[in-house]
Amino acid sequence: MAANSPAASAGTYRSSRWREHLDTVLPKLTLVPTGAAALIFLYGFIAWTIWLSFTKSTLLPNNRFAGLAQYRFLFKLDTWWVSVTNLVIFGVLYIVICLAIGLFLAILIDQKIRAENLLRTIYLYPLALSLVVTGVAWKWILNPDLGLQSVVRSLGFTHFTFDWLVQPHMAIYTIVIAAVWQASGFVMALFLAGLRGIDGAIIKAAQIDGASLPRIYLRIIIPSLRPVFFSAVILLVSMAIKSFDLIIALTGGGPGYATWLPAIFMYNYGFNRGQIGLGTAAAVLMMLAVALALLPLILSELKEKRRASTR
Amino acid sequence: MLIYAILIFAAAYYLLPLYVMLTTSLKTLHQVNNASLLSLPDPITFKPWAEAWSSACMGVNCSGLQHYFWNSVSFVLPAVFISTVFGALNGYVLTKWQFRGSNLFFGLLLVGTFVPYQMFLLPMAWTLGKIGLSNSIGGLVLVHSVYGLAFTTLFCRNFYVSMPDELVKAARVDGAGFIRIFWRIVLPLSLPILMVSIIWQFTQIWNDFLFGIVFTSGTHQPITVALYNMVDTSSTGIKRYNVDMAGAVITALPTFIIYILAGRYFVRGLTAGSVKG
Repeated sequence: MAANSPAASAGTYRSSRWREHLDTVLPKLTLVPTGAAALIFLYGFIAWTIWLSFTKSTLLPNNRFAGLAQYRFLFKLDTWWVSVTNLVIFGVLYIVICLAIGLFLAILIDQKIRAENLLRTIYLYPLALSLVVTGVAWKWILNPDLGLQSVVRSLGFTHFTFDWLVQPHMAIYTIVIAAVWQASGFVMALFLAGLRGIDGAIIKAAQIDGASLPRIYLRIIIPSLRPVFFSAVILLVSMAIKSFDLIIALTGGGPGYATWLPAIFMYNYGFNRGQIGLGTAAAVLMMLAVALALLPLILSELKEKRRASTR
Repeated sequence: MLIYAILIFAAAYYLLPLYVMLTTSLKTLHQVNNASLLSLPDPITFKPWAEAWSSACMGVNCSGLQHYFWNSVSFVLPAVFISTVFGALNGYVLTKWQFRGSNLFFGLLLVGTFVPYQMFLLPMAWTLGKIGLSNSIGGLVLVHSVYGLAFTTLFCRNFYVSMPDELVKAARVDGAGFIRIFWRIVLPLSLPILMVSIIWQFTQIWNDFLFGIVFTSGTHQPITVALYNMVDTSSTGIKRYNVDMAGAVITALPTFIIYILAGRYFVRGLTAGSVKG
């Protein structure tokens, strides 16, 4: 090093300065396309949609301010309240059943059984399929003429009826059936990962103390899965609020508008009925619902961070 | 033994729709209408598959799903590529070249994983019209690339966080720069996370229906929308469930095959995308 001539060292000095400069600029430059995309297509569009919901926009977007008129009109619409009621019915059943099936299967699979990989593959494959495919398949299985109803009838139960798909008050439950089929295996995978993360020593200690297996699960294992419950619920809530494809494919929102959800409402008013103001108002309310569902997660994350930093 | 009985029963429940789809797609229409839903096809016929692929009607257009299948391929592949490349680069910068505000940048980008797409539909439809990309494959590439970025960046960032910083530091001492370190050191170690990102993006974009039905019409539609139109068309006349099911299987095949071949990465993407997001 000491033998370097002054000229050469000046050269490396200049080139390393230049390189350092490059190394501070290039990383930021790399983020520019993503930053620009987020600025326009994420934040710009969110602001734009919120603005549109406060205008008199109908078939085409316009900027005539309407205050809360669109929201007031929305709250008077029967289709909106049907959509919201359906979302509550669907959301609650979907989440509760997915959690129950997912946890139950995860606990069974965790009992050191054979063919675990095969079973997991089978439980989880529905999630790889498009929701349109799921809808089309279940539409065929649940159709009253040739589907499950006729299978059971041919077994001798000639008065068996299972025609929820065409009953306005029952059709929403067919969506629950298909949606649970699609997502419960995924919830199983989440719980299984949680179960595998539990320290075996705690369970051994409880066993030595003479606790029975069901007791160990109820008192020790399931309570320690709290974080998994948490993330599963948040995920399922946001999937429920965004549900669109499955309903379109399975019931088309029908009979009538009996199985509309907010996402269907938004699509129908925003695109088919030329009511952009109403459609965007519905979208804004959907976003608020997702935000409300996420709030507990964000708050608990912050609490965790604070706890970690004070420690 | 009870455990196995329950597990096998559950497996049957998950497999039932797949079984029904496959068997129905191989039945003659006569058998569909007269035999049980659960019966095996007898005789086996491949005609429903041929029809679904090349002659089934979507509205007045009777040329099957094949054209739409290739539509989907032609926007899914570029969109997966673009979003994954930027995801990897972003993740690299956000972990190994942090600067003031880089964490804020990441946080603001993450919002994109939660906001319902309904918030973007109307502005996007208007924008695509203005830049001449409405109802086109290019438009779908743009939309899917953009809205995949938050996910791919999340995957890669979380992966690179656990990659030792010493690797990068040592390379910098040796005189390697930003691009060289990425190309020579980080990228060769990224295969697992690139797989996760590619598989996640492929599945999401192939299965998308909302963007497809809102931003395209007619011959530019993706296969999911075409399948929906095909089933919808067939339900106005004689219901040809065997052709419908063949179409459903064709639509599901690419993502299904990927799941079977690379299920490991698929599950990793799901848990990374949901739990940590």
